[in-house]
Amino acid sequence: MATEFSFPDPAAKAATAEFETEKMSLSMGPSHPSTHGVLRLQLELDGEIVTKCDPVIGYLHRGDEKIAENMTYNQFVPYTDRLDYIAPLANNMAYAIAVERLAKLEVPARCQAIRLITAEMARLSSHLLGLGAFGIDTGAWTVFMYTFTEREKLYKLFEELTGARFTTSYSRIGGLQRDVPEGWTGRVDAFCDQFLPILEEILALLTRNKIFMDRTVGVGVITKEDAIAYGITGPNARGSGLGLDLRKDKPYSGYEQYEFDVPVGTTGDSYDRYLVRGEEMRQSVRIIKQAIAKFPGGPWFATEARKIFAPPKDKVLTSMEELIQNFMIVTEGPQMPAGEVYFEAENPKGVLGFYVVSKGGGVPWRLKIRSPSFCNLSILPKLCVGSLISDVVAILGSLDFVMGECDR
Amino acid sequence: MAIIPLERKPLSLAERTYLPAILSGLKTTFKRLLKPAETLEYPEQRPAIPPGYRGVPTLVRDPNGREKCVSCQLCEFVCPPKAIRITPGEIPADAPTAQVEKAPKAFDIDMLRCIYCGLCQEVCPEEAIFLQNQYSMSGYTRAEMVNHKDRLYELGGTLPDQHFKWDKKKAAAEHGNAH
Ligand code: SF4
Ligand code: SF4
Repeated sequence: MATEFSFPDPAAKAATAEFETEKMSLSMGPSHPSTHGVLRLQLELDGEIVTKCDPVIGYLHRGDEKIAENMTYNQFVPYTDRLDYIAPLANNMAYAIAVERLAKLEVPARCQAIRLITAEMARLSSHLLGLGAFGIDTGAWTVFMYTFTEREKLYKLFEELTGARFTTSYSRIGGLQRDVPEGWTGRVDAFCDQFLPILEEILALLTRNKIFMDRTVGVGVITKEDAIAYGITGPNARGSGLGLDLRKDKPYSGYEQYEFDVPVGTTGDSYDRYLVRGEEMRQSVRIIKQAIAKFPGGPWFATEARKIFAPPKDKVLTSMEELIQNFMIVTEGPQMPAGEVYFEAENPKGVLGFYVVSKGGGVPWRLKIRSPSFCNLSILPKLCVGSLISDVVAILGSLDFVMGECDR
Repeated sequence: MAIIPLERKPLSLAERTYLPAILSGLKTTFKRLLKPAETLEYPEQRPAIPPGYRGVPTLVRDPNGREKCVSCQLCEFVCPPKAIRITPGEIPADAPTAQVEKAPKAFDIDMLRCIYCGLCQEVCPEEAIFLQNQYSMSGYTRAEMVNHKDRLYELGGTLPDQHFKWDKKKAAAEHGNAH
């Protein structure tokens, strides 16, 4: 798979030919600060130059797809948190929509809006971490501190909404875990207002900073053709100039109602991927503010889907029929027709797809997860060859992957 | 509603000297220096826990002191990592709450397995199990990290009850019109 390195300049090759040099192999990771988790790169080096790069993945493999076959659709929701654990709310939403498509179930507008707002907040949270970690990788520690301060505010809001900061488990098939608390949308709006100037302040630390540009401009260039060939999606593909965004191309959960722009890069280098993430955050704030401005009332779960979404608690406590229904949905699972469905959502890291095959009943027969980080990392053997070893760090930072999702 | 290409203007001569970026960076950090700290001196200072927080799962009693769990084992079934183990028991016929018939003889939650997902609370048909405010647990042994029934009730305490379902049932039965 890896491309062999060849010197671009014949003179350079001739100059080094007289030295008898040996190639060195270096294992980078699995616990290396810049591999963002447990990725291992088996590098072959010629001096400082990488001549071969073999990613070794699977350290975080938990067999999520097999686990899904052994539990009801709702029981699997906590496992989706642990795919891209930087943006669990977006995974929760993508999974719930995939299963709902199987049942041809449409959730009410309020539920859609809540999911959309939380998914965009998850995007902010993910990009903030992505930029912060990219900053550290390229020597700008301060950025990380500032982005984490903002993420903490988001975590407070997630905590209030779902009861957990990190592992939110918020979606249910046909609805949500619970409705938004009193005044929550107002607090999200207030967060957005104070966030915009801080975002500009953070981006100003990097965008026209020559040190940062020296580390990223022209480093790790992914051409448009390569991006397509390797199945790269999300900000990484958009950085290469591909205007692909499922929120626009195949809108779900009401994205078609809101106005936002899709930023694309021009050269596909690490710097472009940074620029795209920065602009996407501005656009996410735009979407959240629009969604809050026309936040719909009404029910927050599919009230008519009585075999899918469990009845409200006070009914369970007072009526025999609802009590039995509750037991049925929990033990048998939400009742799905036989069939198969593939749904993909535009997650912060790229396209997250769920392929669900059902033979009827409340348990999937097969559940396949198409994770963006896995596909985005597939280009590493090509991308790293010929670059300096310190550039590998910048390239990894710019790809913004998460191993929980890659290994799943 | 459009695709916007991100432009990059070449750096000016001044910007190429590194100085403007360094100076504006310093300005930002000094401005931040004067702001109040965002961090907490944990554990002396503790974060505020919002209502509905998903902390350690606990068992609760109703305001009359009756243990609410009827050991239906629905939470044991739903728990994704299989952290709950229940041994059902009978309530003796001469007890004041004999109409409830069942209560757990043993109820263990292994906190090394629990993932704080809240599904147990969500499915419980008796509002007997709640994830409450406690978020930090520690112990020296694996055995210590298993919360037994007594500990679960101690952690859970008493929560208000909207329905008093079993008291109503008893009253209805005494009036001869059960169900
Ligand atoms: S806690 Fe609730 S769900 Fe669990 S056994 Fe007791 S009554 Fe059933
Ligand atoms: S919170 Fe989740 S993992 Fe923990 S005991 Fe309840 S159902 Fe099990």
